[in-house]
Amino acid sequence: MINKLVVQNLRHRWVRTLLSALIIGVQVTSILTLLGLSRGMLKDSENRARTLGADIILRPGSSAAFNLSSAPVPAKFLPLVLRQPHVKDAVGVLSVAAILLTPIIGVDLDDFTRFNGGFRFLKGGPFQAPDDIIVDEYYAKQNKVSLGQTIKLINHDWRVCGIIESGKLGRLVVQLGRLQFLTSNPDKITQIFVRLDDPVQTDAVVEQLNKLLEGNLTASSIEVLASQYRIDNIPVLKTFIVVVNVLAIFVGFLVVFLSMYTAVVERTREIGVLKALGAKPVTILNLLVRETVVLALMGSLLGIIMSFGTQALIMTLVPASLQVVQVPDWWGYATLIAVAGALLGAIYPGLRAARQDAIEALAYD
Amino acid sequence: MTEVIPAKQPIIRVRGLRKTYRAGEVDVHALRGVDLDVKAGEFVAVVGPSGSGKSTLFHILGGLAAPTSGEVWIDGESLQKMSDSERTEMRQRKVGFVFQKYNLLPTLTARDNIEIARYLGHRNGPVDASFNQMLDLLGISDRLNRKPSALSGGEQQRVAIARALVNNPAIVLADEPTGNLDTENSTAVLGLLRQVNERLGQTILMITHNPEAAAFADRTVSMRDGRILE
Ligand SMILES: Nc1ncnc2c1ncn2[C@@H]1O[C@H](COP(=O)(O)OP(=O)(O)O)[C@@H](O)[C@H]1O
Ligand SMILES: [Mg+2]
Repeated sequence: MINKLVVQNLRHRWVRTLLSALIIGVQVTSILTLLGLSRGMLKDSENRARTLGADIILRPGSSAAFNLSSAPVPAKFLPLVLRQPHVKDAVGVLSVAAILLTPIIGVDLDDFTRFNGGFRFLKGGPFQAPDDIIVDEYYAKQNKVSLGQTIKLINHDWRVCGIIESGKLGRLVVQLGRLQFLTSNPDKITQIFVRLDDPVQTDAVVEQLNKLLEGNLTASSIEVLASQYRIDNIPVLKTFIVVVNVLAIFVGFLVVFLSMYTAVVERTREIGVLKALGAKPVTILNLLVRETVVLALMGSLLGIIMSFGTQALIMTLVPASLQVVQVPDWWGYATLIAVAGALLGAIYPGLRAARQDAIEALAYD
Repeated sequence: MTEVIPAKQPIIRVRGLRKTYRAGEVDVHALRGVDLDVKAGEFVAVVGPSGSGKSTLFHILGGLAAPTSGEVWIDGESLQKMSDSERTEMRQRKVGFVFQKYNLLPTLTARDNIEIARYLGHRNGPVDASFNQMLDLLGISDRLNRKPSALSGGEQQRVAIARALVNNPAIVLADEPTGNLDTENSTAVLGLLRQVNERLGQTILMITHNPEAAAFADRTVSMRDGRILE
């Protein structure tokens, strides 16, 4: 019976119910999208690292940790690396920040093709002129770029000569020498990919390379790099996710506080009637708590549904910049957060209603 | 053989009841020493000018408000000795309220308004046949699936009466039950209260401004300035 009253109350003020649920839903969606985004981006980076066909990657600096702004190092390290035991092949690339989150990568296409078979072209083909650029399908889709078109990047005009399948190396690829020249990095590179004759030796070779290169470059196995692309291994991201969760709880709290507070004031008389009929304060509280939980659950459901919408939207509009995956393992958790925030918000209005004087309510015109 | 029937104790006994409201800086003496006995099964009309303390008296009798001083016994039990939750339980078991403004829950149908009273009174299972008869008597059997907004004032008040009676309370407290009704509906509602009183033996206290309404009762009690005039 009390459930019927809960449902009827929510239906009676359906606009408010829907709006409150929607705001809670937006919070749930933002948690799920943020998480999906983090995972999607990291998964994308991990895949990219794995499809290179390298066993070891060398990067400038003395730390294996994430470092977006690594200064290039001289290409002379490449022959040195090639001479090491078990190293079967190695290729150096120069990576330069071009647009937000998407670098432009300079590579010698012949070396790269020898190293791992090269790109799979969907349209066009390899470089024909110095200012040719290869873009991947997502970049082409997002920026509506077609073959032969000229695009301006790092203050330079490039002609699109090929569109490749996404997932290998990068989204924007140009010739190594040209990029070195244009960015005043003659004979410099930012990464060396290494393939071994025997992958079992990976750890030993990593150790040996690190000793040899003395901090100019740091070697990491693909496995170690891939493990860096986990949320748990990125403290900043973890903190950010916690902040968004706290915000979600707070917004849920505010929404339900306002919604329930107005509901309680508006229903002063009804609450008085329920008390006159023998409802105890806990019964009134129970009623409002149930209403709140239903609201939060509705919001969570909406939020989960909307997260498919945001995913579709992001993947349609900006597939080259952002990658989003669904995170069903977080649905329960996001719901819990919504319910927790909502319950916090229901405390004050609920207690107020429970304590409310039945007489004043009934006398009130 | 003769049986000695013990003199029945009054179902409502009120002694020296006072109630003072604090309205800002001033004290409002709503009740200034009320004594009253009501026998079980009596139908009592309470009349008096507006502000004479009639509603306040009802609220205290129904355990909705606490008096400033004085004592009330319902069925021999002292309200003042009860805890809040005991008073609530007493209300669930023994008291049914009818208000001038009907006070049905607007989101529920007539049937559910009655059902929720049963739920709150911890009465489960199907209603008994006599209650269904009473719904017929009240003439609302075919209106039960409507919400209050789809009922006339007279119909709403009949639903409210059904709600007050569904838990078979010993006492019905009706605060100006016909105050918002036209003559025809008033007469119908008063007739119903009378019938309920006669058939089911409920004790009824009814506040009214209308002498014609008071005539339906066994006895009339007049109040003025927080006191009962004898
Ligand atoms: N909650 C309250 N707070 C302050 N004063 C009240 C309150 N309820 C009633 N009163 C005052 O107590 C007096 C008696 O009121 P009431 O019992 O409602 O009288 P009646 O029902 O006979 O019209 C009135 O003067 C009224 O203004
Ligand atoms: Mg009154």
